[in-house]
Amino acid sequence: MPQPRKPKLAVWKFSSCDGCQLSLLDCEDELLAVADCVEIAYFLEATRAQVKGPYDISLVEGSITTPEDIRRIRKIRRQSKVLITIGACATAGGIQALRNFNRLYDFITAVYAQPDYIDALANSTPIQDHVPVDFELRGCPINKYQLIEVLNAFLNGRRPIVPPHSQCVECKMRGTVCVMVASGTPCLGPVTQAGCGNLCPAVNRACYGCFGPKETPNTTSLGTWFGSSGLGPPHIRDFFRSFNAGADPFRRESEAHE
Amino acid sequence: MNRPTNGGKAAARTIKVDALARVEGEGALYVRIKDGAVKDIKFRIFEPPRFFEALLRGRMFSDAPDITARICGICPVAYILGASHAMEEALGIECSAPIRDLRRLLYCGEWIQSHVLHAAMLHAPDFLGLDDALQLAKTNREVVEKALALKKLGNDILEVIGGRAVHPVNTRVGGFFRAPSKGDIRALGDRLRWGADAAQDLALLFGGFDFPDYEYDYTCVSLRHPDVYAIEAGRLVSNRGLDIPLAEFFDHFGETHVAHSNALHGVMRNETGPYLVGPIARYNNNQHQLSERARQVAKDAGLNPVCRNPYRSIVVRMVETLYACEEGVRLAEAYEPPAPPAAETVPGPGVGYGCTEAPRGICFHHYSLDDDGRIVTAQIVPPTSQNQPQIERDLLGVVETNLDLADEDLKWRCEQTIRNYDPCISCATHFLDLRVDRD
Repeated sequence: MPQPRKPKLAVWKFSSCDGCQLSLLDCEDELLAVADCVEIAYFLEATRAQVKGPYDISLVEGSITTPEDIRRIRKIRRQSKVLITIGACATAGGIQALRNFNRLYDFITAVYAQPDYIDALANSTPIQDHVPVDFELRGCPINKYQLIEVLNAFLNGRRPIVPPHSQCVECKMRGTVCVMVASGTPCLGPVTQAGCGNLCPAVNRACYGCFGPKETPNTTSLGTWFGSSGLGPPHIRDFFRSFNAGADPFRRESEAHE
Repeated sequence: MNRPTNGGKAAARTIKVDALARVEGEGALYVRIKDGAVKDIKFRIFEPPRFFEALLRGRMFSDAPDITARICGICPVAYILGASHAMEEALGIECSAPIRDLRRLLYCGEWIQSHVLHAAMLHAPDFLGLDDALQLAKTNREVVEKALALKKLGNDILEVIGGRAVHPVNTRVGGFFRAPSKGDIRALGDRLRWGADAAQDLALLFGGFDFPDYEYDYTCVSLRHPDVYAIEAGRLVSNRGLDIPLAEFFDHFGETHVAHSNALHGVMRNETGPYLVGPIARYNNNQHQLSERARQVAKDAGLNPVCRNPYRSIVVRMVETLYACEEGVRLAEAYEPPAPPAAETVPGPGVGYGCTEAPRGICFHHYSLDDDGRIVTAQIVPPTSQNQPQIERDLLGVVETNLDLADEDLKWRCEQTIRNYDPCISCATHFLDLRVDRD
């Protein structure tokens, strides 16, 4: 009997910090086992070997910020049976989407002496603005156990178990003391999707929204609550405007406090 | 930007960047050879610009560590602490000794995970003619498993102290949100002792590699601390006599923007050539402050007192990993939870500087704040941009001495040379788009 062909996995990078694809290499205990199950066909951070497409699964990190990126993501989509975005950059535009609220030229001249050398789009946008996406994995960075779950699910033809509920649910399940109730600290937990592993409230810190909006978030109510608890509009604006600033519910709420 | 000027042969042969290269790879090297000599060399990074210094403007001082961490997922602690130190200076905050020690332990975790990733997983395969560490695992599974376990130890330190390995959450201007428990930190001691042994094994193994024959008399720039091998604090020094406080950085260093790369190029005023930051610079400047064991392992692994062969950076990385494990043992076993976990911060105006030894070299931050504590100006000089002229210079030397190699072999040698410096660049240049024009 011939061995069944191993599924081909590709990892692609756009504008990002590399942290999400690094999460795959950070699966120290699982990495060699994962490599036994799939053929790593394209993963520049890990290997110089390259296997031509088509690919069974493409993981895409990073946001679209240059005209060339648009051409490249379309080509990747054509070569990929399943396309999964990993992280806040690929899913919401990332921290670099803060530029979407300003004039690009001001940003370029603030950093570079020779603006003419820079070729960039006005906005930093998520992958789904340009091509169909089969699954979006949240996080800045992603949770490596969720990544393994998503890979496992797609390799076995089932839906990934990635709950869309809020960080608050994670606190309740873990028995973590609520920072808003206990100390009045403004927290994005009520509108942020769970999945990080309940990290910030567990160290007595307010959730700052790395995983982006949960399903049907009531950001207006939370923004109002922040205001009545004494947080000024610029602080409310900035709170919603960080690593998932480009995600619609967070963008709208930040703009409501301009 | 650069595009073909016309269809004529001579002009077409001097294209520095072509459209295809931009599609397929974010790093490109262009070399022009005439009459057996290198006439032109350009190393290009096309990492799309993300404008961090601009998007920090107007944000609160307290946002800077978390935002700048997102510059690099491999060394977020370098950005978190560089930004935190700068903000603390701007606001006149002094952190307690236990907070400073816990930060140094956190940084040891980052050195361990980043150095092992870089040396064992990304660089070592080059010396063995292999594409990646997974191929290495087929022939030397124990080596790869040991490296993975050591890398995991570094990540576990980041998780125990920082809450998360990539982009820790427990850090803040002034210190930490919550002090880790004594039991959790002290439990790292025994694992770090194993880590020192593992790092020693890898250092000696890598020391036996066949190193390409290339040397350069580097201008080495690093931090130096009066008491310890500098990681998270110190003055800026060089092997050419520089010795300055951080506030004088811009009197001696600058950045230029060249057409062929999106990474700004670091330049040292008063020096004609490029300068080097990172493991070899630190080792050459501060090796007397390494532990006796680390110095002995360096010697046994074939390192000279002054390292001029950039390929031996893979050995220096493991010597520094050994030191980070030993330092980790010392800090973990003496750990007392800082109380309070953070110094109090009151927003206000000020100017501050921060610089730490990121795994790949000094990472410099400078901020000014308005009366509300919002950022007016931000300047960040990461190691990558500082090393870029030196990488270009090394590539020139390597190409010059290897003109007899076939293009494919020369390409790999150039990739290996880039990986002496930076996996952040090399992740874009594992597939280096090399153009060689031989007239």
